[in-house]
Amino acid sequence: MRGLPALASVAGAILLWEIYVRLSGISPLVLPAPSRVIEQMGVNRALLWENTLPTLSATLTGFAFSVSIAFALSVALDFLPKLRRALFPIFVVSQTLPLVAIAPLAVLWFGFGLTPKILLVALVTFFPMLVALVDGYESTDPEIETLMRSMGASRWKVFRAARFPSAMPYFFAGLRISITYAVVAAIFSEYVGARAGLGIVILNAKNSFRPDLMLAAVVVSSTLTLVLFGVSALLQRALLRWREAGQTR
Amino acid sequence: MRNVGVTLGETAVLDDVSLHVGQGEFVSILGPSGAGKSTLFRLLTGALAPDRGEILRDGAPLKRDGQTFAFMPQRDALMPWRRIIDNVILGLEVQGVPRAEARARALPLFAEFGLEGFEQRYPAELSGGMRQRAALLRTVIQARPIQLLDEPFGALDALTRAQMQRWLEDRWRAARWTTLLVTHDVREAVALSDRIYVLSRRPARVISEVVVRAPRPRLGAPLPDEARALEEDLLNTLLSQTGERP
Repeated sequence: MRGLPALASVAGAILLWEIYVRLSGISPLVLPAPSRVIEQMGVNRALLWENTLPTLSATLTGFAFSVSIAFALSVALDFLPKLRRALFPIFVVSQTLPLVAIAPLAVLWFGFGLTPKILLVALVTFFPMLVALVDGYESTDPEIETLMRSMGASRWKVFRAARFPSAMPYFFAGLRISITYAVVAAIFSEYVGARAGLGIVILNAKNSFRPDLMLAAVVVSSTLTLVLFGVSALLQRALLRWREAGQTR
Repeated sequence: MRNVGVTLGETAVLDDVSLHVGQGEFVSILGPSGAGKSTLFRLLTGALAPDRGEILRDGAPLKRDGQTFAFMPQRDALMPWRRIIDNVILGLEVQGVPRAEARARALPLFAEFGLEGFEQRYPAELSGGMRQRAALLRTVIQARPIQLLDEPFGALDALTRAQMQRWLEDRWRAARWTTLLVTHDVREAVALSDRIYVLSRRPARVISEVVVRAPRPRLGAPLPDEARALEEDLLNTLLSQTGERP
């Protein structure tokens, strides 16, 4: 099996951690053993589950919002290069804003509800998605475009039949990366102000000196990220079947 | 094409090119690399307008509406995300023919083009020769008056190329598509053409026009001496244009 070395190295690291905690007798208030983290996940499963749902919904709503805007804008930018030159610097600047500063401001302006979370997730994921799409359109084989123009195809037809499909592999590469950023952004925006969510679990556990519960929430959020990553990979395989064509021949 | 000249930026690409193609005729353009052959095609497909001279079809100025030429680019330019059948009907689709009808029109031609059974495959699953035949089918199915072939076999290995040339000669003898072929393969030009124009190096002029009279089919049998001599002549003319004598 191909995943075996990866599984073995992860299991080995966890085992070393467990052995270290047992032998050193370090306090669980400083470094809890993996077995204790797992135990806490069991004990607090209701709490963790309840708080995973708000995080998941903030992630997915924010991400869907971001991808829709990025897509609509990418089409506009592809047809209007001038607009691209005008707007791109703004998008680049948006990527330089530190989340640590923007997140509390977003909560201050938009309250403890879903809005600031959607905005923060979108802020973090919008630019990578836009760049993936714009670069993807540019990757179109120029011979295919020449061919289509020789057939008398309109600019829009060339976009739909050639540029858009050419961008799909780029789009999915961007999707897989961005979805992992999205979870982190959602948790962070909860951390600075929310009523529920994994970010809140982490915050409360920190305030009550419970590193075991913090780590339990971290395991849940990592699992969530991995699941979303896996779903995007499956989606890509289902929609871009042609990319596997010819590889087995 | 009458006295056409093109200057791109600072470079004069075409100096003074006049040529014509008759109905059902196979005409080749031979030229050294960088002689502006691709520019010639861009003129014909309407991607570029001539700076001097005129391009006529049946005596009237050529309309740039993509209705006159069906173009086959150097590399096959098949879309990797489309199945072969949907690649083949691309031109019909652009013309506004509904997909189902376009497919129905294309399917009966697959056997003739040696692609039977590969309709639903993706381009990556086909050999170089098959991809090139699919590209040619995509070209002729558009039913344009003139087929423009831009070094269609240049990217193939020698054996596949020889195979494809024989096959193309067969198909052409059956269908008599009016064809304009650009190539720098002298043998290919002599084997396939009714007439050959030779271009000078940049800025391009027509330096020679020859009629090939050898009987068809020419491939698969030894070429008559006359055609061999012609091949030698053309090669020497071309070599003189590269500035390096053998």
